[in-house]
Amino acid sequence: MSDQARLTLAPWVATALLLLLWELGCRIFAVEEFLLPAPSAAVTALVQYADAIWHNAIFTLWVTLLGFALAVVFGLLLGVATGASRLAYAALYPMLIGFNSIPKVAIVPILVIWFGIGAVPAVLTAFLISFFPIVVNVATGIATLEPELEDVLRSLGARRSDILLKVGLPRAMPYFFASLKVAITLAFVGSVISETIAGNRGIGYLMLQASSSFRVPLVFAGLIVVAVMGIGMYALFAWLEQRMTGWAFRGQRPVVG
Amino acid sequence: MALIEAERVALRYGGPAGTLALEDFSIAIEPGEFTALVGPSGCGKSSFLKIVSGLHPVSAGVARLHGRPIDGPQHGIGMAFQNATLLPWRTTLANVLLPLEVSRDHRATFRQRRREHEARAVELLRTVGLAEFRDHAPVQLSGGMQQRANLCRALVHEPEILLLDEPFAALDAFTREELWGVLQDLWLARRFTVVLVTHDLREAAFLADTIHVVSRRPGRIVATRRVDLPRPRTLATTFEPAFVDLVHELRDEISRVRQA
Repeated sequence: MSDQARLTLAPWVATALLLLLWELGCRIFAVEEFLLPAPSAAVTALVQYADAIWHNAIFTLWVTLLGFALAVVFGLLLGVATGASRLAYAALYPMLIGFNSIPKVAIVPILVIWFGIGAVPAVLTAFLISFFPIVVNVATGIATLEPELEDVLRSLGARRSDILLKVGLPRAMPYFFASLKVAITLAFVGSVISETIAGNRGIGYLMLQASSSFRVPLVFAGLIVVAVMGIGMYALFAWLEQRMTGWAFRGQRPVVG
Repeated sequence: MALIEAERVALRYGGPAGTLALEDFSIAIEPGEFTALVGPSGCGKSSFLKIVSGLHPVSAGVARLHGRPIDGPQHGIGMAFQNATLLPWRTTLANVLLPLEVSRDHRATFRQRRREHEARAVELLRTVGLAEFRDHAPVQLSGGMQQRANLCRALVHEPEILLLDEPFAALDAFTREELWGVLQDLWLARRFTVVLVTHDLREAAFLADTIHVVSRRPGRIVATRRVDLPRPRTLATTFEPAFVDLVHELRDEISRVRQA
């Protein structure tokens, strides 16, 4: 088997092994289903409640993507501002760090008071939890512009906006796309948390309902669905990253020595 | 009249209590002259380039270009540093064109005159032996080739003055000497004014008409040598007694400066 084939197979094999161990463990030790259901029980629940799971999963996906989209817009703007201006950086960074340290679970009840139960708190939680890595990465990409290059351009009388547009922003793109991969998985965490605490639809709400009636296999089915959606979105943004900023991944391959 | 003049210039970084990089620094550079500044590291040689390019105002004294005090970014200046800082997402040609896209003098007309600019950039790349690499990404170029492209980027807007800050310091000895020849050819063909900052005394002796030795910080000029070796100078020149003697004298000057 070629190295490439091994690399492609590795994640599937590793996941299958984990599921197999889990399944065997549950059977050998006869673990009660309401404590820890075997993967087969979770899959059975997945099939049995496919309809409900599908509707709620799609809902959660939309909520997550909406929150994520807000995070991308807001994160880019704030990242550019803090990366390009030392004053904006000094003014805003402590606030950002402080805000990021607040557990978003604690914010959900406040959002519910403001906006009521439903999609809005979930969208906002997804947004609030995922914008931070985007801001930090974009700001880093812009702020690490080589001082020599800046001197070259400034000595030509280049405007700051031109330097930002032609050099700063393109430079920040690999950082930006890398942060999207982290941000999208965080956005799922945010929306599912909010649905679990105060939702009336979505995969988080479904899991809460299932666990309160001890249908634990269904809870695990929900977890699997969230994980799969997370992996799918991560893969999508990893692919996008490769497409958009391939120049950052090309290794050193000189044409001549 | 001298093209670049400095009269008793001082430069202090970071407020009244900051580091004094230059003090009592006076120099006069003629149009078309190739000047080298040599001195121990950290002596403030590079600070002079910041003053000429208008990136940093003088703290005392006066610096003039064309007889007018320098008060901000000037027209007709090209710069290149040790680090080539080519943009990895642009082709070599697009990197060379960057100054024309953003410079105050060309950005308004860049789009209309793109063909003309491109032709000029390609011609420059051809002169330094990079014509066939115009569409390559910088990561595909060797260090020496990147530095050639960097020189092209510094010259593409046909500046009157070229400021070089240790441009070849990161290259291996063979590539460095090769690029001395490339730079000399460009200069002989176009006769722009060059201020080269270097700590390589052979480099200064090979390239310059005039070499100024700068003291330890705060930097000022403590010795000036004319180099009358015939042009074009070749690697053979570097083995001639006149060249070797010159390098020795410069080395003695530097030793004196370092001990002072």
